[in-house]
Amino acid sequence: MKEGELESVPALETHDLSVAYHKKPVLYGVDLTIPKGQLVGIVGPNGAGKSTLIKAVMGLLPLRSGWVEVFGQPFKKTKTRVGYVPQRESVDWDFPVNVMDVVMMGRYGKLGLFRRPKKKDRDIARECLDKVKMLPFANRQISNLSGGQQQRVFLARALAQESDLYLMDEPFAGVDAATEAAIIELLKELKERGKTILVVHHDLTTAREYFDSMVLLNMRVVAFGPTEQVFTVEQLQKTYGGRLTLLSDVAGETERQLSGE
Amino acid sequence: MVCGVREGEKIMHSSVIHSYTAWRNSSLASIVLLAALLWLAGGEVAQAARIGDLGEVSAWQQALRFFSFRDAGLRLVLVGCLLLGLNCGLLGGFVVVRRMALVGDTLSHAVLPGIALGFLWNMDKDPVAIMVGATVFGLFGVTVVGWITRTTLLKQDAALGLVLSSFYALGICLVTMIQRLPTGNKSGIDKFMFGQAAALGENDIILMLITTVVTLVVVVVCYRGLLVLSFDREFGQTTGLPMHALHHVVMLLTAFAIVVAMQAVGVVLVSSMLIIPAASAYLLTDRLHRLLIYAAVIGMGTAVLGAFFSFLGNNLPTGPFMVLAGTGVFVICFLFSPRYGWWTRLWRLRSRRLRTEREDTLKAMYRVLENREFHGEGVSAVDVAEYRKDTVEEIQRRVQNLVKTGLATDSEEGQMIHFTPKGYQQACMIVRNHRLWELYLTNVARYAADHVHEDAELVEHVLGEDTVRRLERRLKFPNKDPHGKPIPSVRDMLGMTHEEEGAKMEGGYGYRP
Repeated sequence: MKEGELESVPALETHDLSVAYHKKPVLYGVDLTIPKGQLVGIVGPNGAGKSTLIKAVMGLLPLRSGWVEVFGQPFKKTKTRVGYVPQRESVDWDFPVNVMDVVMMGRYGKLGLFRRPKKKDRDIARECLDKVKMLPFANRQISNLSGGQQQRVFLARALAQESDLYLMDEPFAGVDAATEAAIIELLKELKERGKTILVVHHDLTTAREYFDSMVLLNMRVVAFGPTEQVFTVEQLQKTYGGRLTLLSDVAGETERQLSGE
Repeated sequence: MVCGVREGEKIMHSSVIHSYTAWRNSSLASIVLLAALLWLAGGEVAQAARIGDLGEVSAWQQALRFFSFRDAGLRLVLVGCLLLGLNCGLLGGFVVVRRMALVGDTLSHAVLPGIALGFLWNMDKDPVAIMVGATVFGLFGVTVVGWITRTTLLKQDAALGLVLSSFYALGICLVTMIQRLPTGNKSGIDKFMFGQAAALGENDIILMLITTVVTLVVVVVCYRGLLVLSFDREFGQTTGLPMHALHHVVMLLTAFAIVVAMQAVGVVLVSSMLIIPAASAYLLTDRLHRLLIYAAVIGMGTAVLGAFFSFLGNNLPTGPFMVLAGTGVFVICFLFSPRYGWWTRLWRLRSRRLRTEREDTLKAMYRVLENREFHGEGVSAVDVAEYRKDTVEEIQRRVQNLVKTGLATDSEEGQMIHFTPKGYQQACMIVRNHRLWELYLTNVARYAADHVHEDAELVEHVLGEDTVRRLERRLKFPNKDPHGKPIPSVRDMLGMTHEEEGAKMEGGYGYRP
């Protein structure tokens, strides 16, 4: 936590956030206020815009409307306080780097383009690898890792960023049970240390036990709040009960007409 | 145990540091190399002969003339080739790992109209005008590709093909038109099609030098940023590194590299100078910085070789020869690369098969000895053949292999076989592996006792030392296998006395029998 920052400043706040992919709206008027020190799950059906929400927060996608604030400031100013775990499939795992190289990338944000990594940075990277039990594999080329190990490398890279807010895109996808248990243990430990963690999750059976609060998402926020209040049959039916076809159709048609197609 | 782990960490740590230093050293080395090239190019002019003014007759004399830096024309060619190989190799590394090989190809074809227009500017082969025209058109082509993929449903491959062919067609029209013009010095423009290193002038070399130095500086200074850009651009963007800027810088430098290499390699083939060295290097290493160094070295080598062959062939176009030299290097890498080589893999399979064969024979000899309760020294080939259910001739062939590797000796014309100490150790080891694994399968994995032999036959050859130690610990240091046969002890295996064994243990071997 930064000094002089008010306790009440939320870790993440979005207001009327809308995103469109190829003129099709994916997110619609998302309002979220996520306080510090929470472990929040983002749950929703396929195509609900879970990953889109995370990417939009970090400015990876152009916003159609609305704004995002991280620790009370625009993302651009708080970049170094945000850690990111992308989906595992988003990179080429045959790329010629080893595990240590990947984790060191977590330090580059703080180092900037021109400063060389110091011993301290390498020590941090090694510590983070140790936390996810991947230190013995530090010199291994990344294509020789199992899915769970690859995921843990990404997690170690995010840890090496030493951030206050972590955004994780499906960190539990395609990992073994042991890795899943290790990851959730780690997330809980981060939360204990006052970090805020947002996790995109697709498995409803484990969601309830993993997260304190939850965002049920299907193009817009269906429900947001403490798990025991939000995770109800009624709310889940609302979330998973089909897309909002009318909203999607009308919005898409409007876009097309405005762009002259 | 704890001590061992720390040791491992230290080794790992130092190797990470080591690779960083290696990277720094190699970048230093390339700067020194560049300085040497500069000195060579600026050296005094000995005799201004053009390539192809053949004074010498034999290939050997020509090779001597080419590589001895004796005459100025050849010196320029050589320096030019080294520069373009270095430049294209470095940038090609990024092009290949980012899966942008086709983008490079499109870029190289799209520059042709720019070259023609640059030539028309003052009807002369003015390197700067040509470079500006070519770069503008190259980048314009790439921009069009991006524009097509963004605004239509067409995917990148179709857009690339479209831009490549249409720009190239326009270029050919313009070039043909220039060649038919009645005025002006037209010589040189045709060299852009297939490449002629001999056509490189001093101004071209200076331009090459500048672009290569810029590339080298950018790659060395921004290496980490470029690594992130190539591996995980979105992640890089979220950390605040200037990914867009770096991407554009790399594209611009690639365009420059293509344009300055164009005269020596030719429009049609220049992209292969980006792709082939880097693709070959990709087969040799698993780390990006090494890949870049290898690609640069291979690039320089193939460029020089290509120019040399073209010189031998009395000024045949250089481009095809460079590409053929590069292809040769690639084929060698493909066959013999230490990790992925086709030949390497065959060789590895063969040696593994031979080792398995040797170990099986040793095991059979051990079993024969064991069956007669270790009475006597030698083992007869007939007994081994009987045990293995094989012919005596086959056993004798295998024994020859053992003799060659110093694991056994034979006597009585191959009828009797004797272990050497080393051979006996190996036999004990393999029997031990076999029986430990059988025991593990029955006691821990709960296999039926009559199901385990076949599996152990395979596994015994691949169990590493660490796995054996873990098996022992898990099985609480057993001495009998599930069939009641004794498991050879470590003392048998290492062929040492009690005292030696004790000494080894105190030395931190970590093993307790």
